[in-house]
Amino acid sequence: MGWFEKKDKPSIPPEKAIWAVCPKCAGRFAKDEWKKAGAVCPACGYNGRIGARARIAITADEGTFEELFREVSYSDHLKFRDAAGTYAGKVEAAIEKTGETESVVVGRCEIGGHKAMLGVMDFSFMGGSLGTGTGERIVRACETAMAERRPLVLFCASGGARMQEGILSLMQMAKTSSAIGALKESGLPYISVLTDPTTGGVSASYAMLGDVNLTEPRALIGFAGRRVIENTIKQKLPDDFQSAEYLEKHGFVDRIVPRAGMKDFIAKLLGYFGF
Amino acid sequence: MDRVKLARDPARPHFRDYIRLLCSDFEELHGDRLVNDDRALVGGLATMDGVKMMVLGHNKGSGVEENMEANFGMANPDGYRKAMRLAKLAEKFRLPVVTFVDTPGAYPGREAEERGQAEAIAKSLEFFAALKTPVVVAVTGEGGSGGALAIAVGDTVLMMENAVYSVISPEGCAGILWRDGAKAPEAAEALKITAADLKRLGAIDGIIPEPKGGAQKNHAAAAKLVKDAVLAALKPLMALGPDELVSRRRARLRALGAVPKAGA
Repeated sequence: MGWFEKKDKPSIPPEKAIWAVCPKCAGRFAKDEWKKAGAVCPACGYNGRIGARARIAITADEGTFEELFREVSYSDHLKFRDAAGTYAGKVEAAIEKTGETESVVVGRCEIGGHKAMLGVMDFSFMGGSLGTGTGERIVRACETAMAERRPLVLFCASGGARMQEGILSLMQMAKTSSAIGALKESGLPYISVLTDPTTGGVSASYAMLGDVNLTEPRALIGFAGRRVIENTIKQKLPDDFQSAEYLEKHGFVDRIVPRAGMKDFIAKLLGYFGF
Repeated sequence: MDRVKLARDPARPHFRDYIRLLCSDFEELHGDRLVNDDRALVGGLATMDGVKMMVLGHNKGSGVEENMEANFGMANPDGYRKAMRLAKLAEKFRLPVVTFVDTPGAYPGREAEERGQAEAIAKSLEFFAALKTPVVVAVTGEGGSGGALAIAVGDTVLMMENAVYSVISPEGCAGILWRDGAKAPEAAEALKITAADLKRLGAIDGIIPEPKGGAQKNHAAAAKLVKDAVLAALKPLMALGPDELVSRRRARLRALGAVPKAGA
């Protein structure tokens, strides 16, 4: 067989791959090296995706995180099914795979000694999608924060509203925004951290409503998908479109904070605000 | 999918048709006072059966030329900021706000992203939840996701019988979950996007009946039904004090999608 007849190499399933490839700069690193760097690309500085528990570990003061509302979960109001099966089946699989029961984990904690209510979204749980369980946890976090006079800190990461809960997912945008509004009105700080990726119904609700909006280097933040926009306007978009840096330039995030400095920066803001 | 086609029918009355038929007076007010006047989201002062109000609505436009100018009712951030500005004005003078929702969605454009489409919608949701004047919403055609919701946060949300209201278009959903845009009918069925579905799910408060064959067959009759429903919804709200109104509205939003415990 000549070289020109060589077939494509079979692709290696992710679990067996020994390389981590940076999605932004395509740099290759040993998986251990990537993990050791806290999923921060040594080449381009992109702050890669990490799960909720990993985020909590580097944000909350050790031993202070107390999870709340774990019993709040999804609802299959629509009895939704698509080509791949039922929604209930899909969620159960996500629960099994991630160990989480929803796309956001909330709880009390201290950050640099400052009492706070913390919520962290987990993109690995159904793409961080906003469902009724997600919305309910966030609203309860707001209510508890108001009752206990704790500032609210939310780390956002989402592909958008969860389709399988239909219009009720859409309504979570309004429900959460209302609760966030009430919390802010009561004089409490709300710090939103838009992490990679924060898109769709989440960017168009609580993620963008921080008293201060923070983000991480090279995070993807946007409303509509790049491809959808390109198909609509029939033009190519700049490479840095919808990046953290692009949003900072256009006025929609207050600061880009590299991962290593995020916890201290949040603590500093809370100090400034008197909390 | 038939219902979706009905809701999107260009022969259905549009915002300016409803204004013409429902209101004895309408004075349009332009601009977001920041960068632009978005022709896709129109608003102004109006009088409906003697009731003075601020009306807001997505403007799809009639005929190709108007469609293009109005961007087929797909608003940019400027449209949502205009809506907030006008609603704030209404609040100052204790005028109720009535919104007409009919949009394929917020415009997915470059400038839209640059001018903060996400922030504009988010801000609108926060803003309307807190507005100290009555807000009645009428979904008259297509309720296209966040772009619709941005002017659909209200005290009473009504939906016309043949309108649809969805988190994502059936075509979009089919493309993602069925990996086949042609499966839009299956997606439409699964998403539960009709007025009857939404009433059952508690997402809307009332259904506005339509004349036989739909609003498209009889604009005047459809408009009368909308007017009656809107004014009936407004009446009890006008009697509430501002704090009670907001408290009631927040409670209504809070209850959307009541959730059972894990394992229920």
